[in-house]
Amino acid sequence: MSNKKHVKLNVNGKDEEFLAEPRELLIYTLRERLDITGPHIGCETSHCGACTVTIDGKSVKSCTMYTVQAEGKDVTTIEGIGGPDDLHPLQTAFKEHHGLQCGYCTPGMITRATKLLEENPTPTEEEIRFGMAGNICRCTGYQNIVKSIQAAATEMNAAKEAAE
Amino acid sequence: MKDEISREERVENLKGMGCSRKRVEDARFTQGKGNYVDDVKLDGMLFGDFVRSPYAHANIKSIDTEAALKVPGVVAVLTAADLEPLGLHWMPTLAGDKQMVLADGKVLYQGQEVAYVVAEDRYAAADGIEAVEVEYEELQVIVDPFESLKSDVILRPDTVDENGKAVDGAHGPRDHPNHIFTWEAGDKDPTEEVIANADVVAEEEMYYHRTHPCPLETCGCVASMDKVNGKLTLWGTFQAPHAIRTIVSLISGIEEHNIRVISPDIGGGFGNKVGAYPGYVCSVVASIVTGKPVKWIEDRMDNLMTTAFARDYWMKGKISATPEGKITGLHCHVTADHGGFDACADPTKFPAGFMNICTGSYDIPTAYLAVDGVYTNKAPGGVSYRCSFRVTEAVYFIERMIEVLAIKLNMDSAELRRINFIKKEQFPYKAALGWEYDSGDYHTAWDKALKAVDYDGLRAEQAQRVEDFKAGKTRKLMGVGLSFFTEIVGAGPVKNCDILGMGMFDSCEIRIHPTGSAIARLGTISQGQGHATTFAQILATEIGLSADSITIEEGDTDTAPYGLGTYGSRSTPVAGAAAAMVGRKIRAKAQMIAAYLLEVHDDDVEFDVDRFVVKGAPERFKTMKEIAFASYNQAIPGLEPGLEAVSYYDPPNMTYPFGAYVCVMDIDVDTGVTEIRRFYALDDCGTRINPMVIEGQIHGGLTEALAVALGQEIAYDDMGNCKTATLMDFFLPTAWEVPNYETDYTVTPSPHHPIGAKGVGESPHVGGVPCFSNAVQDAFRAFGNTHTNMPHDHWRIWKTANELGLHD
Ligand code: FES
Ligand code: FES
Repeated sequence: MSNKKHVKLNVNGKDEEFLAEPRELLIYTLRERLDITGPHIGCETSHCGACTVTIDGKSVKSCTMYTVQAEGKDVTTIEGIGGPDDLHPLQTAFKEHHGLQCGYCTPGMITRATKLLEENPTPTEEEIRFGMAGNICRCTGYQNIVKSIQAAATEMNAAKEAAE
Repeated sequence: MKDEISREERVENLKGMGCSRKRVEDARFTQGKGNYVDDVKLDGMLFGDFVRSPYAHANIKSIDTEAALKVPGVVAVLTAADLEPLGLHWMPTLAGDKQMVLADGKVLYQGQEVAYVVAEDRYAAADGIEAVEVEYEELQVIVDPFESLKSDVILRPDTVDENGKAVDGAHGPRDHPNHIFTWEAGDKDPTEEVIANADVVAEEEMYYHRTHPCPLETCGCVASMDKVNGKLTLWGTFQAPHAIRTIVSLISGIEEHNIRVISPDIGGGFGNKVGAYPGYVCSVVASIVTGKPVKWIEDRMDNLMTTAFARDYWMKGKISATPEGKITGLHCHVTADHGGFDACADPTKFPAGFMNICTGSYDIPTAYLAVDGVYTNKAPGGVSYRCSFRVTEAVYFIERMIEVLAIKLNMDSAELRRINFIKKEQFPYKAALGWEYDSGDYHTAWDKALKAVDYDGLRAEQAQRVEDFKAGKTRKLMGVGLSFFTEIVGAGPVKNCDILGMGMFDSCEIRIHPTGSAIARLGTISQGQGHATTFAQILATEIGLSADSITIEEGDTDTAPYGLGTYGSRSTPVAGAAAAMVGRKIRAKAQMIAAYLLEVHDDDVEFDVDRFVVKGAPERFKTMKEIAFASYNQAIPGLEPGLEAVSYYDPPNMTYPFGAYVCVMDIDVDTGVTEIRRFYALDDCGTRINPMVIEGQIHGGLTEALAVALGQEIAYDDMGNCKTATLMDFFLPTAWEVPNYETDYTVTPSPHHPIGAKGVGESPHVGGVPCFSNAVQDAFRAFGNTHTNMPHDHWRIWKTANELGLHD
């Protein structure tokens, strides 16, 4: 099968270029080809959100999309959100408020939550629950995830105010 | 020497038991740096995947792999015919049965593994699977266990002799070729007599439906055979890595010291990852055959269709009482659908696990339980999903029987519970079905719970609601769900509990480094429970070094001491006890070192938080850090250098955490939609190690309980087609469906556990399922409902309302 397509995309600020089969899913490209293992596979049918990444500013389940469809786009994964020296407030908040247990859903949760807070910096609990409903967690029962996101929002808003 | 900081500060710095220490695991998980099995990558690694049966029951007439082998990227295809010469086409299950690794002549359930395709990547493997041609001859499908016990269709060729007569199974004689075992507990005749002569008897039949643990990460492994060094390394999602190593050794013939099993980070287990699956065996064989590492990762459909389902118990109960409500006897019969193979993870001496705790939290003088295991054309398993060996079924059964009895007696079910609870002074309590409960104070917990929710107020509100409904003022009913449960965890004493004959002790080994930091290794493996955090807290309190300076390591059989793993809430009761005991060994040696350094007799020093102090002379002491340094660097007469110890802990008994739950629910009669207004959960797990972690586990367990009670089911049609093999059909709650929970606690330490801890991770599931279910059913009590089966999805609730005439 040599119907491979040339794909160029930017992942976490780095340009990547390769040949991919049209049927290759983006989650597979990230994990197997580019060694970006933060996004996880929980279902491969767009139900669980473990593979959530950000593409051109939108939350996308990377098992939903073929890699060729990401041509020319910017992709951000958990690895691009914050590292040991510059943790994102959500990363800190999830630890502070016990927003994770096995950690398998966590990269997808945090990636999704960054967009949620960008779109709505002061969400109510209901808005958080609705906005996170595409991401399944089997361990935490969500209560502490909601708490973590609320805490991060407060923290980020305070930082923004202080900067203004 | 002057002590510069206060005792309080020293306690705080220790971060020992009782503090909500933040989890040390979280740094890697929040930054996407976890190391789950699918993240393991080795040079030249191949990928294996299964051809699976589309039929639930069929003979296999032929398998043609030729075309598949020509598919680009496909390296090998394994079938039962390839495994048979190695004796690997069947493998033992954890329940004393055996199971096909690859279909041997016939298939017994939809999704059964028929051939294993090994290819260069997942896509090539998928192409290879498409190209394998299998010819099937369909056979009559049996999905009903009652049918199965009467049918002429013999499901398994190995259950009959040459005359077609059923041969004995692992747990005794079989009544029929499709019958697996009968297991009894308690006294049959006396129980039946008590019930026959009782003033009041309530009877009920209930089906605890088939469901699935469905952790977010599916099962998988990477097998790597190094032929040069003769070493096999196996990474995988194993809840019991040492047990897997022993099983691999037993079935492969590779000696145990040449096998290294590694459980890396695990994305949730809930019982799903205890068993041994064909994927493990085929990956090992494929790695040996190809000389390359082979990875196998289930997809979600494989997971839901073929690995370790839970429950599927058809339960029939009779409960007798005096007119005042004092329970006199309990009778329970279960028909247990185990699917094609008996592959449940139960201690082999208890083929139906701890179902014999079905007398629950009540002082029931006479009881009898019988369970019949049955083969059908469904996937095998029967794991104790988020409970200890069938306690969820047992607690659901008794908590429903209590409600049914309350209806019969026309009594408040909270009161009925209260008058039947085992009393505090009766502990240790020997139950009619054989186990000895270690400690409990049920009345205190119950009163606290009922007070917290204003129980009388809720009942008054409910009565008013019924009036309003009858008057046409509302279409919403209100249910008050109650449950009081006793878990039986900490499996277990080696004399009672084993997996495949391996006794269920656990272990901890610790090495203190000269500078006063330490590494401890345990036989368990966390799947999200936070062991790296909480075990360090136990050790900190025991040995007086800060939890921050103790690394916990688990899951590598080359380094960890032998232990039976993490399931059945056994980590804290068993491995946690081993950690406490190893700490005490360290302390005993440290005491001798301190006494030598302080030039006093051993008995003249005493332990105080993080040091040994000369009695009566608080200014004379040696800190544990100083002692650690001295142990390596000073010749101490009569003592070996170093500060290390190992403990293998075989618990004297199991532990019995308990809890009191209340759920307040509104139900829309016209749509069947439920709304959880309030959920209060009081847990007593004895000594609390990390309250934050405990609360988190309670939220998680309750949410899984909500799923089971209100919507989740593995369902089959008459042809044995699994109708719920994707997350589209199998309900996993999202943040949107889940309420906030109120947690509370009492503390009744276990008298036999070194630190009094009982284990908690599964309690909320065990207590939660009947609580949610009771809430739904209680809403309809005023309209003549006694029992309806779970899962209470909107459609079933609507139907109940309809049957009760509430839509007229
Ligand atoms: S793996 Fe993509 S949504 Fe589940
Ligand atoms: S923390 Fe385990 S799935 Fe969310």
